[in-house]
Amino acid sequence: MRLIVVSAGLSVPSSTRLLADRLAAVAAPAATAPEPAPADVRVLELRDLAVEIAHTFTNGFAGRALSEAFEAVSGADGLIVVTPVFSGSYSGLFKSFFDALGVTDPDALAGKPVLIAAAGGTARHSLVLDHALRPLFSYLRAVVVPTGVYAASEDWGAEGLDGRVERAGKELAALMAGQSTARPLPRRDTFEEVTPFEERLAALRPAG
Amino acid sequence: MQFGIFSVGDVTPDPTTGRTPTERERIKAMVAIALKAEEAGLDVFATGEHHNPPFVPSSPTTMLGYVAARTERLILSTATTLITTNDPVKIAEDFAMLQHLADGRVDLMMGRGNTGPVYPWFGQDIRQGINLAVENYALLHRLWREDVVDWEGRFRTPLQGFTATPRPLDGVPPFVWHGSIRSPEIAEQAAYYGDGFFHNNIFWPADHTKRMVELYRARYAHYGHGTPEQAIVGLGGQVFMRKNSQDAVREFRPYFDVAPVYGHGPSLEEFTEQTPLTVGSPQQVIEKTLSFRDYAGDYQRQLFLLDHAGLPLKTVLEQIDLLGEEVVPVLREEFARNRPAGVPDAPTHGSLLAAAGQRDGGQKDARDSKREGARA
Repeated sequence: MRLIVVSAGLSVPSSTRLLADRLAAVAAPAATAPEPAPADVRVLELRDLAVEIAHTFTNGFAGRALSEAFEAVSGADGLIVVTPVFSGSYSGLFKSFFDALGVTDPDALAGKPVLIAAAGGTARHSLVLDHALRPLFSYLRAVVVPTGVYAASEDWGAEGLDGRVERAGKELAALMAGQSTARPLPRRDTFEEVTPFEERLAALRPAG
Repeated sequence: MQFGIFSVGDVTPDPTTGRTPTERERIKAMVAIALKAEEAGLDVFATGEHHNPPFVPSSPTTMLGYVAARTERLILSTATTLITTNDPVKIAEDFAMLQHLADGRVDLMMGRGNTGPVYPWFGQDIRQGINLAVENYALLHRLWREDVVDWEGRFRTPLQGFTATPRPLDGVPPFVWHGSIRSPEIAEQAAYYGDGFFHNNIFWPADHTKRMVELYRARYAHYGHGTPEQAIVGLGGQVFMRKNSQDAVREFRPYFDVAPVYGHGPSLEEFTEQTPLTVGSPQQVIEKTLSFRDYAGDYQRQLFLLDHAGLPLKTVLEQIDLLGEEVVPVLREEFARNRPAGVPDAPTHGSLLAAAGQRDGGQKDARDSKREGARA
């Protein structure tokens, strides 16, 4: 079982990454329970991929490290995605990663369980989860976990965050476990499944 | 194997001087590049087609007709002819006309065009790009092979009893390449007709080009035109050379760094590592170009993009000299070495005429009409 964590935090260490790690710590063992070995967790720090993400837009293709990250995302059983709040929304880097992913493989997230989370300086932005992240991942046809987790600075010293992390992590784990027993989605390969040319011609012929 | 030049026809300021050539200067420069290509012993000149600034070549057969009158051997081609937004009837007539004027030194490359607004300017819709390429080319293919065409389709007004004039030179349609960077549908189309497939090979990493070419080769064989190794493949590539590779890098970097297509992205070093761009000595260009065979197989046509990034004409002409003197003679020799006997050369008017004569004797036209009629 493979869990990919996408963290768009910029500082090192970052509260975005801290939140991501706490979510993964709950989801990884729960996804494979009662097996003792937790899901394999891999963290993608978008900061490390920032230049290749930008180049994807100027070049039209993803560089090596980013291609490898996209393959990891496509092959994951579930994702935890965490962004800092910038200007009342997800960060540009966070959005750009998923824009570049969509250009490379439009079906990468289709049917995949995704836990959305965000970190911000104030609780006033907590609806960013439902007004920005949830529609984005709906567009990408992901299965978005019901509980999203927002952590404002003050939450790190207050009650409640633990409980939300626990609930969200377990919801993700349940979806991942459920999916892993189902048939995995076949990856579409346009090179393997080329439409025979006669079919294309026939589709354009006038009726009658 | 054929070697040549292809030009996009962009008007780009020279970043080292800040000067932008006029449209007239750029158009004349493209002609000078074509003439130089023949002088340097190259085989092909291909022009782009665009209908939006900052590009000048909107009327390829006008330019190629002019070049035809001033050259003797050069094959005149396109990279690409817009099969989506041009009327296939006009393409059939323009290029048949050019064939007669150029004594058969003509082929062309079909492309879709990726600029959304151009489509509505010509009454089309980019979302129908593949379908337009499929239907328009099916009609074009018939117009060159059947003297009288009745036709009805989705995108164009119907034709009843239509004859495209002039008829192709010697009854032999120009050879057609289909160019596509990322659409397997177009590789499939090229394979279906037994036409050539061209990958511009410019911005994309080798493994992508490899997959496109492999698909085309496999489908070419599937449709019974020959073995996969006999399919007709062309590749692009862009270079900047100086005798000393350090000089090449030093001179090209200011162009690369701000070029509309390369600039403000990865470094020159990263870009040359991941794409076919070569900036260095003629020997480095030779080595990189020979490596294309590793992933595309033995192929038929190599086109170089040299007039990029706002380089001045004088520099571009020097590049063509280097290509003709130091690179292409070695490439001809090296590509010929170990080339399997069954790998054909790129079709020319002469070879197609000879093949048509052998295949059909005097019955060719009638039979082709019948076969094409049945297919449509």
